[in-house]
Amino acid sequence: MTTRAAVLDALAGVRDPELDEPLTELGFVSGVSLDDGEVAVRLRLPTYFCSPSFVYLMAADAHAAVAALPGVGAVRVEVDDHFAGTAIGDATASEEGFGAAFPGESAGEPDALRERFRRKALAARQARIAERMLAAGRTPAQLAAATLADLPPEPDRERCRALRSELGVDAAPAAPAFVRPDGAPLASAEELTRFLRVARLVRVSLEGNGELCRGLLRTRYGEPAPEEAIA
Amino acid sequence: MYEKDGERYFVVDGHVHFWDASPENQANEFGAGFINCFYDYHRNLSPPEEVWSLERFQRYSEQDLMHDLFEVGYVDVAIFLPTYLTDFYRRGFNTTEQNAAVADRHPGRFIVDGSWDPRDGDAGLAALEELAERFQLRGVKLYTAEWRGDSRGWRLDTPEAARYLAKSQELGIRNIHVHKGPTIWPLDRDAFDVSDVDHVATDFPDLNFIVEHVGLPRLEDFCWIATQEPNVYGGLAVAMPFIHTRPRYFAQVLGELLYWIGEDRILFASDYAIWRPQWLVERFVDFEIPADMTEYPELTTTVKRKILGLNAAGLYDIDVPHDLRVGLAPEETTAIGSEPARPA
Repeated sequence: MTTRAAVLDALAGVRDPELDEPLTELGFVSGVSLDDGEVAVRLRLPTYFCSPSFVYLMAADAHAAVAALPGVGAVRVEVDDHFAGTAIGDATASEEGFGAAFPGESAGEPDALRERFRRKALAARQARIAERMLAAGRTPAQLAAATLADLPPEPDRERCRALRSELGVDAAPAAPAFVRPDGAPLASAEELTRFLRVARLVRVSLEGNGELCRGLLRTRYGEPAPEEAIA
Repeated sequence: MYEKDGERYFVVDGHVHFWDASPENQANEFGAGFINCFYDYHRNLSPPEEVWSLERFQRYSEQDLMHDLFEVGYVDVAIFLPTYLTDFYRRGFNTTEQNAAVADRHPGRFIVDGSWDPRDGDAGLAALEELAERFQLRGVKLYTAEWRGDSRGWRLDTPEAARYLAKSQELGIRNIHVHKGPTIWPLDRDAFDVSDVDHVATDFPDLNFIVEHVGLPRLEDFCWIATQEPNVYGGLAVAMPFIHTRPRYFAQVLGELLYWIGEDRILFASDYAIWRPQWLVERFVDFEIPADMTEYPELTTTVKRKILGLNAAGLYDIDVPHDLRVGLAPEETTAIGSEPARPA
């Protein structure tokens, strides 16, 4: 029998595709209820107008993650206070895809969008890791020669490995620690330095967006303790 | 004009509104949702003493506008950027006509920009001609996420939009303000993506493209295209108030902009009434890049003067008093991007 803890654990594996952070940590999960194997999940977002493509991906991923739990029957994901919340909830319940939520308004499923943001997330996390290592005295040449196994065992490294696997980029311990978002190697210290300059810009952008989203969510819903958020 | 420590700054507010979002003007729940979203930005990013009631925020007076911009806000000239939103608000959110009515009562204070929407086809082109002649337009504000019937957005890099850009150029409209929003056609794409601006900036080198909110939430995409396109500028509306809530983030955004596109293509803006220019100007003049952020260039008085007013004055041929013109000529810059292309 599925427990509420198991549902929350599954939702912790679902990320905002733009910010690359778990929905549970962002405070986007506002409710979970179980009724005889049927699970209802409520999501809440920083604004009424959050981009429907990203909202759909979160709702569909949440639906899939919970539906995959043993003993779970019907799953319903509701999106609170969003202009397209009902359409998105209906589309995820029917598992008919993004096009069903917005008939006539899409050219396909938002898979390219997801991939684009995975690559951005990979660049941003690599920037964070590299900046910490450079600040600790490592040289660009050392970074260019480093393998994934050489990186400090931090969450950013693990997330980079996961993103690389999802993107089809070599994530083995002996693979280069730093790669371009498309997986291409950075052959020299100079190439790495130039890449990191772009990656830092992506990091600044994503981190800023994350702060703004958290701030707007707090403004919109107040700032309950995490356990209250899952009411 | 703002004066501090013997330095004087000419101030152009590049993005202001005089909107009507009162419940009586809201056409539906989307109109309510839109102003509530603005209000959350206002509450989230303002110092506590600056926060208005929702009622006042929905509909402030012309007296508030003049007081906040010109009496206490140090603004010399403000640029009205219309946002029609006629699917959300019965009389529109703020239209060119409404803005022009205010501007007429206060000569010399406002620049009135117009707007167009490529989905309006031939009729829209004719309307643009009339609008440009009636208000002597030098700029337009485009909102690519505007809902129109069944459509929830449009892109700049289409043949339909190209006709409007060509018509704008023909009519003497030089400055194209582009504001991205959360929806676009098709909806499965990234609505905030500014790559369509890249295309049209190349195709229309004599037009200036001012990307509002410096592309936020896509600062990286904006810097990337602006580095390559000399006629792309960045407006700081929405980025400015981070100077209060997240000063280190503000320093990073500004530092990245200075690094990538340089000091000559960044424009100050309050996005009034979401934020008032008074505290933004005061804090900006006091602001310095934190000493530990050695990767970013220094924020000199000259850079601040350009951002606060001189860059926008150049785009709109605003007459700047001679003694406030310091730094008006583009200087050698170490930014990655090329010099701005300032049409004569």
